[in-house]
Amino acid sequence: MQTKNARGGPSTALMLAGVAAILIALIALPQIADVYQTQLLTYGLVFAIAALGFNLLLGFTGLLSFGHSAYFGLGAYSAAFMVRYLGIGSMEVFIVFGLVIVALVSAAFGYICVRHTRIFFGILTLALSQVLWTLAYKFFWVTGGTDGLRVAFGNLTLVGGLIDFKGRGAYQAFVHNYYYYVLFLFCVCTALMWVITHSPFGKALQAIRDNETRAQFLGIQIRRYRWLAFLISGSFTGLAGILWVPLNGLVTPDVLYWPFSGEIVFMTVLGGFRSFAGPIIGAVVFNYLRTYAVASTEYWQFLLGAVLVILVIALPTGIVGTINRVYGKLTGRS
Amino acid sequence: MDILAIQFLNSVFYASILFLIAAGLSLIYGVMRIVNLAHGSLYAFGAYVTAWTIGTLAAGAPIWVLFLLLPAGAIAVAVLGALIEPTLLRPLYNRPEEYQLLVTFALLLILEDSMHYLFGGVPLTTGPVIDSMGTIPVLGLRYPAYNLLVIFIGIAAAGFLWAFIYRTKFGVILRATSQNMRMASALGLNVKRVYVLAFALGCFMAGLGGAVVVPAQAAVLGMGIEALILAFVVVVIGGLGSLEGALIGALIVAFVRTAAIQYFAEVELAVLYLIAAIVLLVKPTGLFGRA
Amino acid sequence: MEILQTVDLKRYFGDTRAVDNVNLTINEGEFISLVGPNGAGKTSLVNVVSAYLRPDSGKVIFMGKDVTDMPVTERVKIGIARSFQLVNLFDDLSAFDNIALAIFSREGKTRNLAKLAHLDHAVSAEADGVLGQFNLMSKRNVPARDLSQGERKLLDVAIAYALKPKLLFLDEPTSGVSTRDKGQIMDTIASVVRGEGITAIIVEHDMDVVFKYSDRIVVMQQGAILAQGAPDEIRKNDQVAMVLLGTSGPDAFTQKD
Repeated sequence: MQTKNARGGPSTALMLAGVAAILIALIALPQIADVYQTQLLTYGLVFAIAALGFNLLLGFTGLLSFGHSAYFGLGAYSAAFMVRYLGIGSMEVFIVFGLVIVALVSAAFGYICVRHTRIFFGILTLALSQVLWTLAYKFFWVTGGTDGLRVAFGNLTLVGGLIDFKGRGAYQAFVHNYYYYVLFLFCVCTALMWVITHSPFGKALQAIRDNETRAQFLGIQIRRYRWLAFLISGSFTGLAGILWVPLNGLVTPDVLYWPFSGEIVFMTVLGGFRSFAGPIIGAVVFNYLRTYAVASTEYWQFLLGAVLVILVIALPTGIVGTINRVYGKLTGRS
Repeated sequence: MDILAIQFLNSVFYASILFLIAAGLSLIYGVMRIVNLAHGSLYAFGAYVTAWTIGTLAAGAPIWVLFLLLPAGAIAVAVLGALIEPTLLRPLYNRPEEYQLLVTFALLLILEDSMHYLFGGVPLTTGPVIDSMGTIPVLGLRYPAYNLLVIFIGIAAAGFLWAFIYRTKFGVILRATSQNMRMASALGLNVKRVYVLAFALGCFMAGLGGAVVVPAQAAVLGMGIEALILAFVVVVIGGLGSLEGALIGALIVAFVRTAAIQYFAEVELAVLYLIAAIVLLVKPTGLFGRA
Repeated sequence: MEILQTVDLKRYFGDTRAVDNVNLTINEGEFISLVGPNGAGKTSLVNVVSAYLRPDSGKVIFMGKDVTDMPVTERVKIGIARSFQLVNLFDDLSAFDNIALAIFSREGKTRNLAKLAHLDHAVSAEADGVLGQFNLMSKRNVPARDLSQGERKLLDVAIAYALKPKLLFLDEPTSGVSTRDKGQIMDTIASVVRGEGITAIIVEHDMDVVFKYSDRIVVMQQGAILAQGAPDEIRKNDQVAMVLLGTSGPDAFTQKD
């Protein structure tokens, strides 16, 4: 079996074997781990979807958004509104209608933002996301303000109402079943994003990232492609927000506040934004890191900040990039 | 009419603070092309240091001593900046600017918890400083004289900065380096020294903003995060890298926000962000900015 | 048949007349060299015709159609392509991907986000074909940034060629390349271009190259066309020799220093 590819990283066969192994482990997890660990990993998978979407813009199109909390929060609040004001409990309804809302807003925000690049793009995404934050914060009679809106799993149904969570053992059933629900969607999202990034469209995005001028001289309309990437990116992150809120049970304006956008960037860079799998790994690792940091010290932000400094200065290619490099060295130069 | 006068004074007071923060942010960007996400946290740090120095360390000292200690926050933050630039920022100058953004975000996280650790979770105040100056009559109402001092400091800072940048030798060096770093370096200018001084000066301004605001407004956790967004709005409207822009932007933001809080409290912030977004759409470099 | 015509084309940069009332006609299938001293306006002319810059006045007519106001992406679609003096590649993509991208764009397939790129055998085969024509097959999967300077220049041209343009501008395709490689590169380019009947305009400084390959030479000076004609005519033109070499006389162009 060939073990290396042209760039010195692991070959396709090896990668597929690895993916299969991980998938098996993920499916087996709730059978061997306790409720807490299962729920924790569910959070990790949700953030992985968010980071996957985010990285379409950063890693593949070369646009750093500092306002992705907007789509995550919008997805979460959409679901919460549907619970609060329409009495809906079906997860599928949350997803379908939540995605529509997020897609519309991403399209609008994206249209405004992609007319600029680099710093001004980042600032615009930040400013627009904070518009949503202040609305959530100030219009407290609609959004619950800082108290937020509750989304209890007791009224939730999955798979068109086939699965609900009432009665005894409901919490365990919820954690268990919701994990598989999220895992399934995570796999779908990963597969979708894989196809998108490896499609001619994905190649065009990378061309725009690498050399905007040349891409134009190939006949690629820069703004249109960036906008489409923005739309897709926001939608993925919005889906993550929708999936997050039943897990968290509550949505507050914190999820729209700009430091959360920073966390999304952090987790993507942690995993390595120049690779496909980087955001996924980064999100899962970041989730564990953050959880244990919060549990072990009051000053967990300091810890995360220190990690980020080390990451940026010493390991800019993130976990995946570093693994690739180490693997290349261990197996000899190609 | 009297309410309007008070509102006017409040707006100018608020604008002075915003100007101090935004001028620092703009200076750092203008010279070093770095967007300092930790700038708000540095402002907060200045507020905390001053509040702690006056309110805790020197509590009970005569009033004139307390006033003398006001700039403590500004100086502390400037020193901090002089330490941060060579350690955290310099290693990244040859990297894409996304990395610089990330390291300043990391700095924000570190600073926020450092303030929590050093100063605790309870708001810190400066005790009798603001009351000692009393109030002055304004159209039948009474207005804190301290706020007028702050306005004066804001104007003085604007004047000083302008003179420093446009009238001194170092100012020329600063402007040359900001326009063309490579050329400046090739001409023999010590770019490293320019950068650390520019960063320290920008930090000083932020710290000064915090130092002068804290007698009027207690130092609380999270004030920096909120302040950064407002500073961004100011420099977006005024133009990143422009001193006049920071001044005009601060005035616009301060007046709009004060008026909005009075009449449409729910959307006061949203209005500001939307103005920023509109300016970015129409004139991306801001009112006074260069590309 | 005329493929390109510029009418009173002007482009100034302040006081500098980069393109000063240029009236140029190019016929289908011609191999034209655009020469002149530095600052003559050769690259500016190419920039205006390829829509990298907008002209201040005048017209650009391509295949009978006025394209003066047409943006870059549309000009590419109707058949005008160019390579760049300072190599302009997609550095993180492989040589193969660089070319495949041009083909995907040409075929309008870049809108496709539901299919895997490497499964498009037609495009892959064609990209491999182009790589072969330009002798880059051995570097197929190497990221563009890791290629040698000569290979990068060839790839730059290959990408433009892969667009199957009707009119191809090559801006100094051999500059920065060692003398030893120059001949090989130009041979490759010329054979590919002539083989397909592509009209080519190359901006060149190396007069050996120019005389060897051109059907017609256009000499520019200070934004205007000084002279144009077949290589033999230009060789004998004293004024041209003066402008380009600083000397004149019957053997000006064959003198080696």
